[in-house]
Amino acid sequence: MGGQLTIRQLENKANDVRKNIVTMLEHAGSGHSAGPLGLADLVTTLYFDIMHVDPQNVDDPNRDLFFLSNGHCVPVQYGVMAERGYFPKEEIMTLRKWGSRLQGHPERTRLPGLENTSGPLGSGVSQGAGAAYAMQYLDSQRHRWVYVVTGDGELNEGNIWEAAMFAGKYKLSQLIVFVDRNNIQIDGPTESVMPLESLRGKWESFGWHVQEIDGHNIESIQDAVGMAKAIENRPSCIITHTIPGKNVDFMEYDYKWHGIPPNAEQAKVALKELRTLGGKIRSEHE
Amino acid sequence: MSKYPLDIALLTEAPNVEPTRAGFGRGLKMAGEANLNVVGLCADLVESVQMHKFAEAFPERYIEVGIAEQNLVTVAAGLARVGKIPFAASYAAFNPGRNWEQIKTTSALNQLPVKIVGAHSGSTVGPDGATHQMFEDIALMRVMPNMVVVCPGDSIEAEKATQAIAEHPSACYLRVAREKTPIFSTPESPFEIGRAYVLREGHDVTILATGIETPYALMAAARLEKDGISAEVVHVPTIKPLDQETILLSLRKTGRAVTCEDAQAAGGFGGGIAELLGDAMPAPLLRIGVQDRYGESGAPLEVHKNLGLADDAIAARTKEFVATRPQYRPGF
Repeated sequence: MGGQLTIRQLENKANDVRKNIVTMLEHAGSGHSAGPLGLADLVTTLYFDIMHVDPQNVDDPNRDLFFLSNGHCVPVQYGVMAERGYFPKEEIMTLRKWGSRLQGHPERTRLPGLENTSGPLGSGVSQGAGAAYAMQYLDSQRHRWVYVVTGDGELNEGNIWEAAMFAGKYKLSQLIVFVDRNNIQIDGPTESVMPLESLRGKWESFGWHVQEIDGHNIESIQDAVGMAKAIENRPSCIITHTIPGKNVDFMEYDYKWHGIPPNAEQAKVALKELRTLGGKIRSEHE
Repeated sequence: MSKYPLDIALLTEAPNVEPTRAGFGRGLKMAGEANLNVVGLCADLVESVQMHKFAEAFPERYIEVGIAEQNLVTVAAGLARVGKIPFAASYAAFNPGRNWEQIKTTSALNQLPVKIVGAHSGSTVGPDGATHQMFEDIALMRVMPNMVVVCPGDSIEAEKATQAIAEHPSACYLRVAREKTPIFSTPESPFEIGRAYVLREGHDVTILATGIETPYALMAAARLEKDGISAEVVHVPTIKPLDQETILLSLRKTGRAVTCEDAQAAGGFGGGIAELLGDAMPAPLLRIGVQDRYGESGAPLEVHKNLGLADDAIAARTKEFVATRPQYRPGF
């Protein structure tokens, strides 16, 4: 799919995704704000620039796979999928409503294009590893890639490190895991709830190739994926530093926005901010 | 050979005893031969759960995941997502004892055909004690939507059940045991997921048995016959979906139900039958199984006997039940 949009177009797309996130969360009246906003640049870049996926052919046997492990951040995935044409954009207004295909946490069997069902934390890296194992050892599909996004608080889960050991042992080089390093979880900063550092050291010691990037710099995301694909015989971990609530001033860096949606007034302010930002992105590149 | 030899005197004698896990081991190898998508995963217990036969035959399709049961089933879900039929095996105490939520979210809710194999279930891990005696797994797995629960009665049936679940489109739980238990079926005996089988006809009471309890129920029925009680024995290897038709047909005739399982009677197979009777037919019910307690160390068949799961206890309790509880008659 890659290479069709310019950096500027990708930035604008991510901004549209953020508007989708704010709109759908405000309409739903519940859900997580900070994480999805922080992940908008990464997930937009994956779906619009990096992954081989086709919304018109979601079962394409040659497609790349995207597993969202931190299922509570699914508004970003829905926001991107709506932009990418997986479903009509107005459907984002059904998020978390009875009968909706857009469940509060992603359910694969409800929405074509979702690759996994998640929410309970810690199992996405394993699922990615299982798929990557099949591609590498069973099906000789060396052209496919498996992308997993996990939260950082999620790394408290033991299942993650079981998967890290497994992928290291089997040198699953088609597995690329992004850790959304936004430093917050529900009860506070990650380093006060349950310290993760040295995070790079942890993944490296499990046999992974590790990079650290600015998760709001689209070129860094592209370059890091290029590097991860070039690494032989090791799975890749890309520690993606993001700002929770990114681009909505009153949400940025505030862990209280982890698990709540904006109300109508707050959404209005946020959307205004994002619209203004859209103008800034345009002028910066012109 | 007939479908069931049923020479009760021979049931507990070699060579008519074998662990159900051995049947799983053979069945998995056969399933692997029949279908190239079958993959085996194990958590550091490959020979113990009898997956070594598959691993030796298809080393490229065997995946060792180490002592990590959460990873075991979630890697399996990832494999299933790309078209594999993964068998994820460990002891039932850990699988599904430790990883129930992962099974629910990534396999059952996600509608992927992961096959969970809980070996060393129930009382027959004897000396290992309560931590390893898994009696709660039937209840745990039975309440999970999109999950088939199969509890084969002997090693021959386990072999067939393993092949059957490999071809079944949904997630399945296969419960097998460690110790040698009596073989009552033959290669010609029928096995189909969702079917129960009347092994012995009677008219005073129906003993519904699952897993390794079935041969003990047959032996109990032989004891009861000497006491003048005619017990019908229905073998129920599929706990979910239940073969309601066969079970209710038998109970319409006998009007009394006894359930037997090497598991907690509360919530387990007996719990399932209690639900069915509550819904469909208020026949008196006696649930024989583990009675809201943990086990303890002992020789395997000693633990089995001391928990009241052997044929002597089944016969004695059924006799008392028949003497004290009137038969249900439709229309009363």
